[in-house]
Amino acid sequence: MANSSVVDFPKNFTKALNDPQLRHNLRSAMDTLGMRRRTLFSDPVSFEQLRATGDEIRQRALRQLPELLEKLEKKCTENGIQVHWAETPAEANQICLEIIQRHNAHRVIKGKSMVSEEMHLNHFLAEHDVEALETDLGEYIIQLDHETPSHIIVPAIHKNRDQIARLFHDKIPNTPYTEVVEELNAIARKVLREKFLAGEVGVSGVNFAVAETGTLCLVENEGNGRMCTTAPPVHIAVMGLEKVVERLDDVPPLLRLLTGSATGQLITTYFNMITSPRKAGEKDGPKEVHLVLLDNGRSKIWADPELRQTLKCIRCGACLNHCPVYTRLGGHAYGYVYPGPIGSILTPQIEGLVNAGAMATASTFCGACEEVCPVKIPITDILRRLRNESYQKVDTPHAVKGHGYKLSVIESLTWKGWALNNMMPWANALSAKLLGLLSAQLPRLPKVGLLKYWGQSRTLPKFAARSLHALAKEKGLRDE
Amino acid sequence: MPTRPQKVYYFGTCLIDLCYPQAGMAGIELLQREGVEVLFPQQQSCCGQPAYNSGFPEEARKVARQQLKAFPNDYPIVVPSGSCGGMLKHHYPKLFANQPEFAEAQRFSGQVMELTEFLVTVLEIQLEDRGQPIKVTWHSSCSALREMRVIDYSKSLLRQLRNVELVELRRERECCGFGGSFSVKQADLSSAMVSDKVADIEKTGASRLLSGDCGCLMHIGGALDYQKSLIPAQHIAEFVWERVHG
Ligand code: SF4
Repeated sequence: MANSSVVDFPKNFTKALNDPQLRHNLRSAMDTLGMRRRTLFSDPVSFEQLRATGDEIRQRALRQLPELLEKLEKKCTENGIQVHWAETPAEANQICLEIIQRHNAHRVIKGKSMVSEEMHLNHFLAEHDVEALETDLGEYIIQLDHETPSHIIVPAIHKNRDQIARLFHDKIPNTPYTEVVEELNAIARKVLREKFLAGEVGVSGVNFAVAETGTLCLVENEGNGRMCTTAPPVHIAVMGLEKVVERLDDVPPLLRLLTGSATGQLITTYFNMITSPRKAGEKDGPKEVHLVLLDNGRSKIWADPELRQTLKCIRCGACLNHCPVYTRLGGHAYGYVYPGPIGSILTPQIEGLVNAGAMATASTFCGACEEVCPVKIPITDILRRLRNESYQKVDTPHAVKGHGYKLSVIESLTWKGWALNNMMPWANALSAKLLGLLSAQLPRLPKVGLLKYWGQSRTLPKFAARSLHALAKEKGLRDE
Repeated sequence: MPTRPQKVYYFGTCLIDLCYPQAGMAGIELLQREGVEVLFPQQQSCCGQPAYNSGFPEEARKVARQQLKAFPNDYPIVVPSGSCGGMLKHHYPKLFANQPEFAEAQRFSGQVMELTEFLVTVLEIQLEDRGQPIKVTWHSSCSALREMRVIDYSKSLLRQLRNVELVELRRERECCGFGGSFSVKQADLSSAMVSDKVADIEKTGASRLLSGDCGCLMHIGGALDYQKSLIPAQHIAEFVWERVHG
């Protein structure tokens, strides 16, 4: 799932933080998205009701996940959709390639799909002489610039209009430079229209799959998703296996939560419900529809009741938009496909703590993500769990891969010492006194060890000559 | 709403104990001013949050047990911090889930109240401002805002003060970047966050920054100081006590 094999988090973070243009682009984009969301969900009471419903729907679906997936497969098959199971991204890629090759196809048009990013599908197809063209405007922009999405909903959010104008001018032949949004849209539309016509296979993601009816739901704003799923003769939908819901009734509340949380829209311009390939007598639609269900570590996550909550996610991106860390880094610095709060809980579980455990440290536990999450994922509790398991070897069956990787004698001893000090009132009193004396001797504490890091932007506090314990005693406060 | 108690426990927090005892004392004075007896168990220490958030739950539990022992009676436990309050109120039951002390932890958590909420809702405190006109701004700590949900109470105290003008921050709901060990383990990120916070504070034209949490105050105050700002950072209890004390 990594964009490169080893992710150098500190280096990435420093690079992002030193890019004022990026910081500016992100800030203004996040402000807009946050404001739109607030406007739509302006009534806290009804929002809480709606998200309680969303939470219930997702929990119910996950509780019966194996049964629902079986039912989904059965219903889809009855409807004429061919279902494939993939345990790993490599398997999923192979399945897609075989379908594409069976039709002697070389041109794939793609709607937006984070699971296809997780598979690195485009890269894989290119190695096999298949060109995959992104048709979502944001995805198209970053594909032109050989980048990966920096946001799960708005993939080119790190770029501003001028940068896109420059990119189009440089990369699309015979394109005059323009910063007019309508003209930029028209340029992209012209290129994409031609590609839609030439596309031999369409690939899309899935927002919700309804087990009851075997329906694949796809949410989008540009109509490119509909083109990808209807214009070519073959449609392949790729989906993480947690995206299933029980009933058709479950879709409206989730859709409302998804669009409202993501972009502050009451509903998107397009909402596609795909239930079968073209039927006899119908004039359009693909002749074949395939559904590829990807596991990639999800069943392991599912097995643990606490971690399972990660799978409630409907990929709305609201946690990114409200995250003070994401707002300053953007998605690329995280080095993996899923950035921000959801990425920081999901990625270490899939990739293991050794590779991605550091993502769990990039949080102040401010809780802004949880406050907006439309399905109430306890993001900070899961982050805390990942931190715990980073330091401890655990012998539960569902320990996160790589648990105990940070086991360090020094850090463990430090915390043991800290605990002892805070368990024994006399030790606590003594250390308070010593620190007070020390502080009185030194006008400023020396910047050594961790204090060095503190000191890079903040002066150090002073220890008081007399602690609150001492003052309270002097004042004669009693205890009972 | 709980009835007005005669006695309360005071949990001073370790940071206040070591670095800001005057803020802790101000909270005590405000409670006493309302005729409540303040009990201060000398056996208390830290809520355990530093270890709890850093990946060391066992050590956090050991320290938390000490607090359960230090506050055995059913008096309200008043805490001059949203962050430590949040730990005691919302995380102790999780920390002690599946532990023999679970019931005890629940009892304890149920008694915890943040200082400004307690002053406003239980004691219905009335403040008379004796200070000179001043413009202040307010930082909401994330735990006071999202866990304890007491920001309205804190601000209502400030609004009772006739000569105090409260100018709100543009991004009041955004974290200052402290996050305990985050501030040193992710020092660059933390610095970037606090610099934005400082800029936001400077823009208000306020001559003092107030908050209900000494962690944030240590962080933002340290950054203000580092940037040679003239705006001091102060705990709300200390500020309010100064205003009414004259
Ligand atoms: S974790 Fe919650 S807020 Fe974040 S993308 Fe998933 S559903 Fe949306």
